[in-house]
Amino acid sequence: MALDKPYLDVPGTTVFDMEQSRKGYGLNQFCMSLMKAGNRARFKADERSYLDEWDMSEEQKQAVLARDLNRCIAAGGNIYFLAKIGATDGKSFQQMASSMTGMSEDEYRNMMISGGRSVEGNRHIGEDGNAQAHRQPQGNAGKA
Amino acid sequence: MARITASVYTSHVPAIGAAVDMGKTQEPYWQPVFAGYEYSKEWMKQNTPDVIFLVFNDHATAFSLDMIPTFAIGTAAQYTPADEGWGPRPVPVVQGHPELAAHIAQSVIQQDFDLTIVNKMDVDHGLTVPLSLMCGQPQAWPCPVIPFAVNVVQYPVPSGQRCFNLGKAIANAVKSFDEDLNVQIWGTGGMSHQLQGPRAGLINKQFDNAFLDRLIADPAGLAQMPHIDYVREAGSEGIELVMWLIARGAMSDISGGAVPQVKHRFYHVPASNTAVGHLILQNQLD
Repeated sequence: MALDKPYLDVPGTTVFDMEQSRKGYGLNQFCMSLMKAGNRARFKADERSYLDEWDMSEEQKQAVLARDLNRCIAAGGNIYFLAKIGATDGKSFQQMASSMTGMSEDEYRNMMISGGRSVEGNRHIGEDGNAQAHRQPQGNAGKA
Repeated sequence: MARITASVYTSHVPAIGAAVDMGKTQEPYWQPVFAGYEYSKEWMKQNTPDVIFLVFNDHATAFSLDMIPTFAIGTAAQYTPADEGWGPRPVPVVQGHPELAAHIAQSVIQQDFDLTIVNKMDVDHGLTVPLSLMCGQPQAWPCPVIPFAVNVVQYPVPSGQRCFNLGKAIANAVKSFDEDLNVQIWGTGGMSHQLQGPRAGLINKQFDNAFLDRLIADPAGLAQMPHIDYVREAGSEGIELVMWLIARGAMSDISGGAVPQVKHRFYHVPASNTAVGHLILQNQLD
């Protein structure tokens, strides 16, 4: 009998459950290694060869090289671990969060100052809120 | 005999720590956040406890994916503020209380909660930001702290009910410590926020305020809220709020005592990606 995972029905959201964690172990441990200054320096000097030292899939490595956090999360990354890549790049948590929405940093910041993203339309997949798959990317990037 | 005198609840957003450390607390963006803690800092001076039992979560700092304890109690003599990738926060080293921590660990494990015992741990913003909000920027923190780390990163996290019951067990443990100590229990994290995916930036003021209302007046009912409600309504990282139920479960009224006084309540949106909530509940003297 399958496990009950009601959170799979939440749009624009990947809950870091046991399955994701199992997939993402190598990726997240690579991220963890960036807490040491020496490792950050080695990663920055040659990202690809540093990544090759880790037990990661090619997709995980490509997602890191592209700094595509949504792709990293789909491949088993967890945001608190992925934040170490952002810290290595000198990015704030808000810059990282905005990158996953398609919004510019200013658009995202303004959304937060205006009270944040509404939950209306964003509770279940299939509604019409701005986190739904058919409304990506958000902000001006989605108006082109 | 030791006793729990009060509980404090607060968000622990890292950007708040950065604002304190970089002297930005009076900037227009941050001023309303810190204004909400002016009363609290004064209250803290008037009601400085002997020990703070501080419930928080580690954010991939002390615990990687190598080991993921659900509940971990710090029994060390001191804890160093961690380098989370931006350099360690310039805040005092956190002094522990190994005697009370060891006593609580022994008692709580015998009450059927399988705690992990941690004798060496760096502490991240989850622990130091609440101290900064409540104490400002002192040369040394006003009292020893027992860090209590809860896994809310790797799903499934402990249920609200289990957290609430754990709070009761912690209160029992404190009561059975012979030395006269005033102990505060703090529950941190939350409120609504989501840091990942296209739904990042979610805030739910209605949920948050109802959570505060029920935490005060209907904590046993609130403890029954399932995980999915937190995730759906308060965002994937809003699930940190289960930690507030540990502190609430440790208050006197849960074990037959008087209803606590609400000394302070505050709510503000936003701090970076997050809704800031804050509450001080004080036990009535027996």
